[in-house]
Amino acid sequence: MTFTFVEGATSDVSFEARGATLPDLFAAAAEALLAATLANPEAVEERVRQPLALAEPDLELLLLRFLNELVFLRDARGLLLHAHGLAIEQNGEVKLAGELAGEPIDRARHRLEGDVKAATAHGLAVAREDGGWRASVTLDV
Amino acid sequence: MGIPTGLRRIGPALFELAPGFRPGMRVPVRVFASDALLAALDDQVFVQAANVATLPGIVEASLCMPDAHWGYGFPIGGVAAFDVETGVISPGGIGFDINCGMRLVRTDLAWAEVRPRLTDLVDGLAEAVPAGTGRGGSLALSKRELRAVLREGAAWTVREGYGTPDDLRFTEAGGCFPGADPDCVSERALERGVGQLGTLGSGNHYLEIQVLRPEGVFDPSLSRVFGLDRPEQVVVMFHCGSRGFGHQVATDYLQRFLRVMPTKFGLEVPDRELACAPISSTEGREYHAAMCCAANMSFANRQLILHRVREVFSRVFGRDAAALGIRTVYDVAHNTAKFERHLVGGKERTLLVHRKGATRAFPPGHPELPEAYRETGQPVVIGGSMETGSYLLAGAASGAVSFFSTAHGSGRTMSRHQARKRVRGRDLLARMEARGVHVRAASLAGLAEEAGFAYKDVDAVALATEEAGLSHRVAHLLPVGNVKG
Repeated sequence: MTFTFVEGATSDVSFEARGATLPDLFAAAAEALLAATLANPEAVEERVRQPLALAEPDLELLLLRFLNELVFLRDARGLLLHAHGLAIEQNGEVKLAGELAGEPIDRARHRLEGDVKAATAHGLAVAREDGGWRASVTLDV
Repeated sequence: MGIPTGLRRIGPALFELAPGFRPGMRVPVRVFASDALLAALDDQVFVQAANVATLPGIVEASLCMPDAHWGYGFPIGGVAAFDVETGVISPGGIGFDINCGMRLVRTDLAWAEVRPRLTDLVDGLAEAVPAGTGRGGSLALSKRELRAVLREGAAWTVREGYGTPDDLRFTEAGGCFPGADPDCVSERALERGVGQLGTLGSGNHYLEIQVLRPEGVFDPSLSRVFGLDRPEQVVVMFHCGSRGFGHQVATDYLQRFLRVMPTKFGLEVPDRELACAPISSTEGREYHAAMCCAANMSFANRQLILHRVREVFSRVFGRDAAALGIRTVYDVAHNTAKFERHLVGGKERTLLVHRKGATRAFPPGHPELPEAYRETGQPVVIGGSMETGSYLLAGAASGAVSFFSTAHGSGRTMSRHQARKRVRGRDLLARMEARGVHVRAASLAGLAEEAGFAYKDVDAVALATEEAGLSHRVAHLLPVGNVKG
């Protein structure tokens, strides 16, 4: 499970995430979002937990919705979150279930850097690669 | 790829790519730029503008302003007008930060009076106008009050005592887009926006104290009408938008459009960020009504920020804001879609004009302009980088070629990531201070992303808009104090 920031749309932040499985891929994308938000994502402790369940017509829209859930929870409720124990089921529509774990923003410990406005659909891709999965995402910052 | 081979010059600062450059183009791409700006343009701008040219109902051309650069979906600096019967509305053609815009405020103060108090002013503004990720505002609104803001825009703010009727007169559309319907807005958008009125946000948003040097005046006559009428005059400029509220509105509808676009409307787009719906569809009408809510939230936001600016100046100088001559020159949006009347092939038509990182620039005599500016044309505020200064311009009759639109800023030339590799925020801060520009930044990394070298030459952009006939330069304003989001 990894992610790398890559050059993309000039004003924005683009990343590629990789995972052996789809749940790994989505968790990696959540980590990339966290890394775009604060300089020290490792400082986010898992003090609060909340369940998450989403359904969309395809994998790309599911990833978009998943990342935008995390953006909403940070901006509206001040929560910095990792994703755990995700399960993704593809049966007609695509469903995600799992848990988000993290804590409220604490400016004394969290070095906030980027105010991600949204995950965009620009160049959004989820594809199989070398027996695993790869996703390309552009964030509007 | 470089400059596409099919690009041909059709005007002094205007280039065209005919349909055929990319499959499915319904109209040409037209790029307003000088030769130098064109040579430096991102390859992807041509591709993105061509993608926009494939959308149903697009009229005349897919346009790029001189500050255009690679964005998500539409290019930043993109303008596209759509027929109301056959055309579409696209959240990606407006941007997530709906009604991100600029406000320019004049004062009676001269630089000599402000200079000894500059630190107090910038620090006071940084306290009064929260900036940076997740900073909430000073007004705790209920959702019911926020709904009133969404309907009324800046008029709500003025009614609550945070401004004057003149502020509204000198705001685009009087600070309120008609057609806003809070019932088309999600609870999530309300939750995200409820505490954000009066905040600057982050990224490239800023609040600056600037000075008009004598050599910065391009048009003394228009400058006087716009209230820039004193030697070494101090002005205030700020750049921000509809905050998380607008971002959520755009997100909600982008996702909704993506779900139904192929099945319900049979629409296919070359990039999913171009998701759209027919203007006349339920989805299209509801997005427009929600987008107007976000535009109104943004006008109200900038109005409240102006009130805080007045409070800070008043406190620092011990005089009433009116006695300091603090008045709005103009407030103008650069991320919107608006129904406007334009001449197309000699016939007047109603079009939905998308401007994403592009400023409306109505010409002299336009009926929507306030009487004071009826003969000058609409003031246009182009925000430059914090190192190079900004411009005040005016709309021109020759701007009909762009549906009366012009540039909105300098336009980035490099990614945020690249900019961070080139300079450390701490070093940039020291460089700015050494030049006499006092900076308060919410994030040093964010400051590095906004270094002057990360942007095009704002002088070249402003000049190109003039050469292309889109707008006319009035004054160049230099920063002396900056609150960076």
